Amino acid sequence: MMTAVIQASGLGKQYRRTWALRDCTLAIPEGRVVGLVGPNGAGKTTLLQLATGLLTPTRGTISVLGDHPAVSPALLARVGFVAQDTPVYARMRVADHLRLGAWLNPGWDDELAQRRIGQLGLDPKQRAGSLSGGQRAQLALTLALAKRPELLLLDEPVASLDPLARREFLRSLMEAVAEHGTSVVLSSHLVADLERVCDYLVVLVASRVRIAGEVSALLASHHRLSGPRRDPGTLPAGQEVIEESHTDKQTVLLVRTGEPVHDPAWTVTPVSLEDLVIAYMNPASDIPARRPQLGVAS
Amino acid sequence: MIRLTWLQFRAQAVTAAAALAAVVVVLAVSAPHRALDAGASHWLYMAGIVVLYLTPAIIGIFWGAPLISRELETGTFRLAWTQSISRTRWLAVKLGLTGLASMATAGLLSLMVTWWSSPMDQLNPLGGYRLSALLFGARDLIPVGYAAFALALGVTTGLLARRAVPAIAITLAIFAAVQVAVPLWVRPHLIPPVRTVSPLNLSAISGLGSSFPENSLGVEARVNIPGAWVYSNQVTTPGGSTSLGLAPHACTSGSTNTPPSGQTNACNAALARLHLRQVVTYQPGSRYWAFQWSETAIYVLLALLLAGFCTWWINRRLSR
Amino acid sequence: MIEFQLDETSGVATYLQLVQQVHQALRMGMLEPGDQLPTAQQVVAKLAINPNTVHKAYRELEREGLARARPGLGTFITRSPAGTDPATQARFLAAMTDWLRSARSAGLGPDDIEAIYRTAFRTCFAEGVA
Repeated sequence: MMTAVIQASGLGKQYRRTWALRDCTLAIPEGRVVGLVGPNGAGKTTLLQLATGLLTPTRGTISVLGDHPAVSPALLARVGFVAQDTPVYARMRVADHLRLGAWLNPGWDDELAQRRIGQLGLDPKQRAGSLSGGQRAQLALTLALAKRPELLLLDEPVASLDPLARREFLRSLMEAVAEHGTSVVLSSHLVADLERVCDYLVVLVASRVRIAGEVSALLASHHRLSGPRRDPGTLPAGQEVIEESHTDKQTVLLVRTGEPVHDPAWTVTPVSLEDLVIAYMNPASDIPARRPQLGVAS
Repeated sequence: MIRLTWLQFRAQAVTAAAALAAVVVVLAVSAPHRALDAGASHWLYMAGIVVLYLTPAIIGIFWGAPLISRELETGTFRLAWTQSISRTRWLAVKLGLTGLASMATAGLLSLMVTWWSSPMDQLNPLGGYRLSALLFGARDLIPVGYAAFALALGVTTGLLARRAVPAIAITLAIFAAVQVAVPLWVRPHLIPPVRTVSPLNLSAISGLGSSFPENSLGVEARVNIPGAWVYSNQVTTPGGSTSLGLAPHACTSGSTNTPPSGQTNACNAALARLHLRQVVTYQPGSRYWAFQWSETAIYVLLALLLAGFCTWWINRRLSR
Repeated sequence: MIEFQLDETSGVATYLQLVQQVHQALRMGMLEPGDQLPTAQQVVAKLAINPNTVHKAYRELEREGLARARPGLGTFITRSPAGTDPATQARFLAAMTDWLRSARSAGLGPDDIEAIYRTAFRTCFAEGVA
């Protein structure tokens, strides 16, 4: 059993009347690139900020690398974070941001930082406020990577980037993962790029976890069944309907099941990760509240 | 963190250094003539006092209010507080260094202006004595205390308001209120005043009269304690009462409220028979430095309390 | 050295695409035993995919006996798959024929058998794990 980089149990965060996150129970294994997916306002930023210690829970617990978030500078050194909108000090130069990283982080790898800045073509003398969105994101990623964290948390880092900048950012990120074996949690409300980059998935909708697990296990356990019009209630117990649509003659279901589907009436086709995520993100889909053991496949 | 704070403070430090340099030049150039050229000297004397009152407020709003509020407004606190440093240390270094810089700036300014103004303060200090309300806060150590407090106040309001603009307004309001309230209600109680009771010297009488229609006696006498800050100066009966009884007949017929030269011998004799006393409550001028140190200490203590509050707030409350 | 491509629209899992491209290259003679496969870092630099995907593909190739990872050196092709040798093929053909015969005697028609075959095929190859 691998150690969990993030472990949450009944985690909840409330602001005045609304719950930004509720009943969140997760055990994210190490060495993965985790996609944290959900619509805007689903609670992704809240979860990540709870993991960095920028927020404290209203209910439940969360532990990161086995410890309370931000409990000490030593733990802060092991977790890298890039916030939404990649904040940088507008009037400080790129080179000064690297100095900030070096002064505030004992594990700072300056050679890596300088190399990345050079490869990215950033001008060290340029003030951060005049960088483009993609350049700012790359600077923020450099700051997070160069402190050599074990866990990297990224809050919608590519949301406002053009496709080229987005691909470049993901490329940089994957290269870093290949080189250092960093665990990554990447939140996004875009579902493209997911299968390319993520091997673990957490779907958050309306402040709750809909499903979480290894991508390979999720793809293996979800199928699309199409066949003559039928009441989903007639399916065997082990098959859970996630999404259904009917015409007068035909029924198409997205089911989750642990066993192969033998019923010859169905044509069984695999589900793409994108379709799976979209099905779970649909607030109308009638998914019963489940206990976490089912959701967290290993 | 020290180097980072300096990096971010550099521009402000340069501005302060330039302003100080300008003041040095003005004061140095005008120094040789300052006793002779009454008009311009007086103007500069007053300007020095105004500058010393304004400087802590400016420090509070330009160095204090944005210190944390800008990080909160721009979101850079999400970058700063996820580096390998505790928030306490982050704040302590930022606040500590900026606080020291504030005190140094105000201190240098006060040193120069106090030195330059010393001839005037010797002969004719504003308000008449060094402990006077308008002058005291613009001399020696008090501006240093003001600067520390104003900075801490600015940082605190910026932290609570989370935005620089309301923080500036609130800081100015509170700071101005404190600058008025402390001399009025706190300073008089810092050190117990001296109280002397002495027989009334009839030649010190500055006013003499009686009320109508009760004909009760009223006497005012001068105080002759150079440099003193007088709280109260009263003429009393031997029993200590400020109601002096009926005015003697010798004093009411004829002139009233006249200086000693206007009192008739008969009036003086009548007054002498009353055995009046003069009760003066005052702070001697020699206590000037005791007041400077105690009041500055209070401001520094307030600044430290605010700093402690900010530390607590950043660690506990801001994450909620 | 082989250069991998990624077809995002194909619906085939990324790691499988890499495996298939190696098979293809071997069949076409572009890869030969002894050739080194690109490192995960090289693949990631080109395709911006999860390095674990590359490892998974290479493990699958190892499982198939086509490649071997040498610690510190890289992953190398060990043999060519083109000769799935005739004996193996004959063996499976016989087993399949027997199976079809018993399915027919059990009353399954061609469409039933086809449906079962497709389901089994998908299950087997979608998992990619034995």
